[in-house]
Amino acid sequence: MVPFGGFHMPVQYSGLSVSASHAFTRTHASIFDVSHMVQRIFSGPGAAAFLQRVTPANLEALEPHRSTLSTLLHADGSGGIVDDTILTKLPRNKFYVVTNAACRDKDDAYFDAEMGKWNSDNADKNVTQGQLGGWGLVALQGPESEAVLAKVLADPKRVDLRALLFGQSVFAQVKLLGSGGMRVSSPLLISRGGYTGEDGFEISIPGEETVGVTEALLAAGGPDKVQLAGLGARDSLRLEAGMCLYGHDLDDTTTPIEAALGWIIPKERKTADAGFYGAEVIAAQATPRSKGGKGVQRRRVGLLVEGAPAREGAEIVAVDEKTKETVSLGKVTSGCPSPTLGSNIAMGYIKDGYHKAGTEVSVLVRGRPRKAVVARMPFVPTKYWKGIAPA
Amino acid sequence: MASIARCMRVARPLASLAKSSVSRPIARPFSVTSTNAIRKYTKEHEWIDLSADNKTGVIGISEYAAKALGDVVFVELPEEGKKVKAGDAIGAVESVKSAADINAPISCKITHVNLLLEEKPGTINQAGVADLEALMDAAAYEEFTTAEADH
Repeated sequence: MVPFGGFHMPVQYSGLSVSASHAFTRTHASIFDVSHMVQRIFSGPGAAAFLQRVTPANLEALEPHRSTLSTLLHADGSGGIVDDTILTKLPRNKFYVVTNAACRDKDDAYFDAEMGKWNSDNADKNVTQGQLGGWGLVALQGPESEAVLAKVLADPKRVDLRALLFGQSVFAQVKLLGSGGMRVSSPLLISRGGYTGEDGFEISIPGEETVGVTEALLAAGGPDKVQLAGLGARDSLRLEAGMCLYGHDLDDTTTPIEAALGWIIPKERKTADAGFYGAEVIAAQATPRSKGGKGVQRRRVGLLVEGAPAREGAEIVAVDEKTKETVSLGKVTSGCPSPTLGSNIAMGYIKDGYHKAGTEVSVLVRGRPRKAVVARMPFVPTKYWKGIAPA
Repeated sequence: MASIARCMRVARPLASLAKSSVSRPIARPFSVTSTNAIRKYTKEHEWIDLSADNKTGVIGISEYAAKALGDVVFVELPEEGKKVKAGDAIGAVESVKSAADINAPISCKITHVNLLLEEKPGTINQAGVADLEALMDAAAYEEFTTAEADH
């Protein structure tokens, strides 16, 4: 158990080692208790417009019950990231917003300040925020997830999980354990997605029903199909999937373009006048110098490292063949031996120009340069359920 | 001790001792003299078994450390011949979740490293105790040979 974001959280459960839990998630399914994450609801006539000022997402264009990854951006216009977040549009101009537990206080202060400004400037388009305090958030991840979840749905005829694609969500009730199907949960927001690169679901649950729903899922799968997984496997799984961890791969000084998250900004909002904080800086960075923009000095890249695993803080260098002198190119922000690949994976920020896949560099581990090559992410192909491709 | 993290022969850095250990016949470690080594531990979970002559020894990490690390997937070993001071980092043991330095428990010269660990780092997590328990201690062996002689 370790302290994390104000909670005591398990790095691993007693039954499985981190590697075994990681492999189990990729082959069966795991349940991650991520109730530490902060669940917020924004509503009011100004909710979409407000969120479009603090993030680069296009929420007016987003259909209800769809989610998008985005970033909260600093009001100083630097393009720096306050936190990364998943935004889900709900019916009636409501938004379900999940932010990181480790950023809770910072995000609370940010939203208080920004909503204060917004509401005084936009009396006719106010926004209000509520937090789902004490609620549970449970992630069911892995190839068996759909089959397991389908077993506990109270009304499987109404909710067709096959039709629920990656990035979509639905309200559904779940049969609670031990009630013979007699007791069902409240309607729960079930979102298809997660933080492992696998197919899976994240389920938002009122506090008093969280244990019941989790036990129902565990019982529906049985130990051969579903196990509990901790922070250790969560970290190695997300790293294989090329996903960022705020405070490590992202911080107040990194911009979405530097972080290789340009894809979260829709094309129509990659303009200096898009109206979100930092739009000017971000639009200039999104255009390379060769095309009249500013580009970036550093970029987040993936690395495959030979020999010793490179961890957070390891320096990325170029080694002069003749003099053996090293020139710093950047730093590793996350790294571990990949349980799936059996090789060492890492992500980090590297000087612009060295960022292309295949570029050979070195990483200093315990003072010695280890060969590394810039690699595309995800390291392990993602398996999101996007429906059957039309024949 | 269950998990033999690494088996490195160390010779004390005194030149004469190091020399004598090198010149010793290879069969010596299997000699009949009783060499009930005393295992000592550091607070960082390394152990050292010094041989009875106090000239050589074997360094490893404790079962507790191996368990805390989880599945070991990488072991970095020191160079043979390297002289190190007590507390110097001489290698590392890494699992998916973390990396741990291995520090020299005493000042010594590394004479051998267990190269098997580079190929099969997971060996560290495999308890060697079951095999050891199948073996006899001195008293049991004496009883065994006496019984053999009676036949």
